[in-house]
Amino acid sequence: MDGSEIISAVKKVFPEFNPLSAALDYPDELRIKIQPQDFKAVCLELHKILSSPVMTLFAVDERKRKNVFTVIAVFLNLKQGQWVSVEMDLAPENPDFDSLSRSIHSASLFEREVWEMFGITPKGNPDLRSLNLHDEVWPQGNFPLRKDFKAAAGNLSEYKFNRVEGSGIFEVPVGPVHAGIIGPGHFRFSCAGEPIVNLELRLGFTHRGVEKLFEGKTCAEALTLAECISGDSVFAYSSAFALAAEKISGVCVPEKAAYLRGIFIELERLYNHAGDIGGIALDVGFSFPSAYASLIREAVLQLNELLTNSRYLKKINAIGGVNADIDAAKQILLSRSLAKIKKDFRELTQMLKFSVSFMDRVDTTGTLIRKTAQDLGVVGFTARASGIPMDLRKHFSGVYRQAKFKMATEEGGDVLARLNLRFTEFAESLRLIEEFLSRLSRGGEILTPPQPKEAAALGYAEGARGPVLCWLKTDAQGRIERCKITDPSSHNWQALGYAVLGNIIPDFPLCNKSFNLSYPGNDL
Amino acid sequence: MIYILKNRILKGIVTKHVDRDLHGQIKAAGADLRRLIQKNFGRSLNLRQVDTGSCGACQSEIIAATNPLYDLQRFGINFVASPRHADALLVTGPLSKNMFTALQKTYAATPEPKFVITCGDCAQDGGVFKDSYYIQGQIKDVLPVALHIQGCPPSPLEIIRTLLVFLQKEEQKSV
Repeated sequence: MDGSEIISAVKKVFPEFNPLSAALDYPDELRIKIQPQDFKAVCLELHKILSSPVMTLFAVDERKRKNVFTVIAVFLNLKQGQWVSVEMDLAPENPDFDSLSRSIHSASLFEREVWEMFGITPKGNPDLRSLNLHDEVWPQGNFPLRKDFKAAAGNLSEYKFNRVEGSGIFEVPVGPVHAGIIGPGHFRFSCAGEPIVNLELRLGFTHRGVEKLFEGKTCAEALTLAECISGDSVFAYSSAFALAAEKISGVCVPEKAAYLRGIFIELERLYNHAGDIGGIALDVGFSFPSAYASLIREAVLQLNELLTNSRYLKKINAIGGVNADIDAAKQILLSRSLAKIKKDFRELTQMLKFSVSFMDRVDTTGTLIRKTAQDLGVVGFTARASGIPMDLRKHFSGVYRQAKFKMATEEGGDVLARLNLRFTEFAESLRLIEEFLSRLSRGGEILTPPQPKEAAALGYAEGARGPVLCWLKTDAQGRIERCKITDPSSHNWQALGYAVLGNIIPDFPLCNKSFNLSYPGNDL
Repeated sequence: MIYILKNRILKGIVTKHVDRDLHGQIKAAGADLRRLIQKNFGRSLNLRQVDTGSCGACQSEIIAATNPLYDLQRFGINFVASPRHADALLVTGPLSKNMFTALQKTYAATPEPKFVITCGDCAQDGGVFKDSYYIQGQIKDVLPVALHIQGCPPSPLEIIRTLLVFLQKEEQKSV
């Protein structure tokens, strides 16, 4: 696939389209460079042709070398297993571009981010309130991801919440400090009687300025930082980051390392899914299965520690491969542990499925219909639970194709669908690990050292929540110039606001847990 | 119901499956600790967890410390839903600017006597995030921190062990 068919498809509807360049830098990445005036039309066309949401949209400050700001929008070509990125250069003074968000909802939050981090205006975006840099603490006019950023004094202001008005409407503000042991976020419910009529989410409380911290680091140093972005997706993040760095330096990961990565990322999915299932049970007050699920989760974490000395698989990934091998003794240990986990999981499934009152609580609760999910550009298992077949493991070649990965989807879009999907994916992950294990060769290389190079590439991994993306640009010494991280949660948080409509506040924790979105991954 | 009963009987008490040496250690120390908590905190030590910008791994381990295997509650240590019910705050994460006010308000809402425990390397000095433009500073400069639990993230056993040692020391001080 050289991408020419995509360009000619765009040309069919938009005849005067003339890309400045189109290059297939990597087999899975098509880069199209265009004029700023074509940006909106081309993105709309790609959105339609590929039926892909804007997977990520971000800016790069290139003023030093090229005297421009570059803005890049990335789409996903599911059929070909290819990323399509659209790039344009903007003038350095008062930069702006045509907003996509009135036509493509999934672009809106990214555009707000580009505005608050770079001061580049998405013309026509109806909502440019700040996301992560809260008005109450961050002076206006400071754009931290600009290269010449220096904190300066400025006016503080206050965030304006949307307001539902009418007789009998009342507001319930919740957070940022919640009742459970969980991350911080502010939820504002507007209710009429019991049903929720509007939920506004205000996030950003765990903003730590991660993307700026990446700048100037070598890839090896930055890998540690990538592992600290979202604590329950450590391996997904390190895999996405490592893949980007490997594509840049032209390193091919040894086959054995690819299988090992497959095993580790599936282990991560296992403990996350088990934890989520327990959380769903806990949030309806069904404590025994919840405690039971926490034991399964603990079993996987302990297994991780036995295999790699790290419960959360930290410092296992490296640029060019992995640091931890699974030798013959560990293979036996892994197989045995998995057999036990499988048995326990079957019991857990039965406990939940045969409890009528539990099933009654989850069935038709927090429904996210397919149309809404598509319009919002929802990704990951939340999308699959609403009937959208999208899983990076399926669409990109690699170890999953050899292991004949079977993608699971559910149609319901409710808490039950998300629960059932986790049951199915848990079983599939167990099978995949067994499959990867059987293909693991004895001995063999697990690490190829990379070479620094000046280039940019997109790394990706399907983590437990969905696709984790990492766009990386390095200079000739291999130091990072820009690293854009996109967590699946940043697509899916808004969907939670729609799924809870018409539900009652006591069901909110249940809906929230069924999505299990990441605060730190979203806030960066 | 039948499945719950079956698994309840088959699983038995899982707490004893933790590392054998350690289990003895915890059991011995746990008895002291229980007595101590009974005496000093009126039967239980109630903690309120506050995330000021962590990646979530510390919370994940704190939750794990309350699972049936480690069962932190058996020592009389509980996690409560409101700072109004708490004896101490357990803070995780570097201090993001956005959480500065919330942390101060949460501390103000906690009744006296109270103290603060920080958990995880980020909560000590910002960890990997310490040079960021959005980190307010160190938690110990803002609140009186009595104890720090090290690790990235600290394992459930480390959390339990550190709490044990700390509370024993406090007991010696008060004697």
